Amino acid sequence: MTHPGEITRRQLLRRIGLTAFVAGPGAGLLSACATAGGGGTPSSAAPATTLAASADPKNPFGVDPNKPLEVTIFSGGYTDAYAKEIHEPLYKKAFPGATIKHNATQQIGIQLRPRFVSGDAPDVINNSGPESMDLVALAGQGHLADLTVLFDAPSYDDPSKKVRDTVTPAVITNAKIDGKDLVLNYTVSHRALWYNARLFEQKGWTVPKTWAEFTALGEQAKKEGIVLFAYPGQVGPYYQTWNMLYTAAKIGGNQVIIDIDNLVDNAWLADPVKKAVAAWVDIQAKYGDKAYFGLDHTQTQVKQLQNKVLFYPTGSWIENEMVKDIPDDFEYAIAPIPDVTPSDVMPYGAIQVGVGENFVVGAKGKNPQGGLEYLRIMLSKEGAKGFTQKTQNLTVVNGAAEGVDLPAALRSAAKAQDAAGQNIITDARFEGWYKELFDYATEQMNVVMAGRSTPEEFCVNVQKKADEIKKDSKVSKQTRSE
Amino acid sequence: MERLRKYGFIAGFLIVPVVLYSVFVISPYIQAFQISLTDWDGYAASPAYVGLENFAKLFDDDAFWQALRNHGILLLVLPLATIVIALFFSFLINLGGGSHGAGMRGIWGSKFYRVVFFFPQVLAVAVVGVLFRAIYRPDEYGVVNGVLIKLGFDPVGWLVEPSIALWAVIAVMVWQAVGFYVVLFSAGMAAIPKDYFEAAALDGAGRFRLFFSITLPLLRDTVQVGWVYLGIAAFDGFALIQVLTGDKGEPDGTTHVLPVQIWKTAFNYSEYGYASAMGVALFFLTVTFAVLTLRTTRRERIEF
Repeated sequence: MTHPGEITRRQLLRRIGLTAFVAGPGAGLLSACATAGGGGTPSSAAPATTLAASADPKNPFGVDPNKPLEVTIFSGGYTDAYAKEIHEPLYKKAFPGATIKHNATQQIGIQLRPRFVSGDAPDVINNSGPESMDLVALAGQGHLADLTVLFDAPSYDDPSKKVRDTVTPAVITNAKIDGKDLVLNYTVSHRALWYNARLFEQKGWTVPKTWAEFTALGEQAKKEGIVLFAYPGQVGPYYQTWNMLYTAAKIGGNQVIIDIDNLVDNAWLADPVKKAVAAWVDIQAKYGDKAYFGLDHTQTQVKQLQNKVLFYPTGSWIENEMVKDIPDDFEYAIAPIPDVTPSDVMPYGAIQVGVGENFVVGAKGKNPQGGLEYLRIMLSKEGAKGFTQKTQNLTVVNGAAEGVDLPAALRSAAKAQDAAGQNIITDARFEGWYKELFDYATEQMNVVMAGRSTPEEFCVNVQKKADEIKKDSKVSKQTRSE
Repeated sequence: MERLRKYGFIAGFLIVPVVLYSVFVISPYIQAFQISLTDWDGYAASPAYVGLENFAKLFDDDAFWQALRNHGILLLVLPLATIVIALFFSFLINLGGGSHGAGMRGIWGSKFYRVVFFFPQVLAVAVVGVLFRAIYRPDEYGVVNGVLIKLGFDPVGWLVEPSIALWAVIAVMVWQAVGFYVVLFSAGMAAIPKDYFEAAALDGAGRFRLFFSITLPLLRDTVQVGWVYLGIAAFDGFALIQVLTGDKGEPDGTTHVLPVQIWKTAFNYSEYGYASAMGVALFFLTVTFAVLTLRTTRRERIEF
């Protein structure tokens, strides 16, 4: 028979003794492990590194043609084939003497955080996925190269045109952190409600334009055993946070979201926000099914493919995401959010068009010039077209998808964008700026949609959190004007 | 000289494991204490010291207190439920069949049950999580709800109703843990001399009497170890809860636990200093629990 109690007590004492011993002489040594100890430059004196531009339009950043380049790609939904088979060969073609170290991972932060701390970051980083890094924190330490030179450089295809004139304007407005252009958003996505166009044809239904039509369709669908609307309560509940924000912007204009992003006092208590929350809570209560609170995004999306869900709030990547499971009688199409009130600021047809998929260049890496050049190649017609072909997603490069055979979802999205014209709902940037606030809002979203709090309480709770973030001097604040 | 040689010899053997242990176990602990006093964001080369500010922040953090409340429930329920069930099963397996020839034996088929009970222990926690997500799935495809719906009942949102989510999680933890404690207690029971049972049986003691008057008192030390282990497990739950209910403690924070919160604060919000402060708090909670349990349950030991 052992004497476990006795042994554990002794071990405990011994451990405490050992701890004291190691903490004494070893403390200095140990402190060098994770945080690289003292002696580093103070963070305030670490601005983003600006690289000088050279005069040669073929090589505007003065890339050393023989210097190796390291590229890290998030191998998520897009996989890394576009980098390996399109962009990297293009770089090799331009600089045959350079070797490219290609690294694909789903754990960007876990792999790269220690390398940033030790000053050995890759040159091009596709910062994406659930383990992505906090770019504001990286920018604060001067780890991100300034992309202004890239945007002002001659474009790859036409030297008389600057890069900034070949991409959709949202790229420039979304590049800023602390007022500097540090992030390249590479993809364009269209977000609103997605439905099965074939099912609508078959049933003779039309896409609802007003909330009354929307609920009337809900009644009809209910009879057929179809849920009018569902979002995944697990893993992807932020789809509904987006949807609610875009609905608020539709009711009250983009200023609603801009105010929320700028942490304007009582931005969450604005009338359009309350109305948007109340409208969706009502839809969930009358035409939804609480089972979806316990399903993740894939499970919910599969149920939509089985025609059990009519409208699903997501983006134009949906078709590529579900491509293996789409049955023959299913065709993804986008539906704008119906008019909530007769006096919505944005007319019917407004959808959200946003840029995404972050690429940054490590300023303290070995070859930042090569990194900038790599991004310039990505923004070439050939590079962008290749990306669209590989991933079935559009890029920010104007006209790069011409002649590419696009899937139904993208064709529908392009048509909706044409119809929307100037009525484009903006993206909510506090998702990246103040992740804690976004997560909290999403948490509260599930609570209010399940009917465990009122829309009023939702707004008050999230506003309280926004006030906390605003007061917290340690959170670096971002602002936007458009 | 003699002494030096003796200790030098021992130290020679110990130096490698001690160095490894110091570098990979002790030093991260100490560093967590150090980082908890800073505002480190995970990227800065030299974080600024902020004193006890992070710990002060903990006191106003609703999520932290909610996590503590959940740990409190776990701490009360998980060890008790697991130990009671495990004791019951191991008693049945080892002694439940009554006396037989030279000693006691288990109920019929006990060898089979002994193996089956251990199965959940062999599965990785992530696998258990995925398995129970399928079992708890709230629609007609859920293992439990599929049956409920077929029988004409309303489906139950096992992991989405705030009133039952934590209990559903605890049920999985108990399910997974019981097998190990059945084996542990079986070993303890095997060490109890058979004469005690025979003597008691001759005096006319039934199975209940045998269990409460002989088995349980003689298993005290083993149960105590189990209690400490399970108590420490009640402060964890990271992997299982991540898979079952995600990192937001859904629904409504009722499945919030500290390890998940630490992970999220550090890796999602880049607040390594604050996350380390939570880690330090968790460290002291666990140590306090272990010391208290061992202290309060100490008693004279019976030698046999």
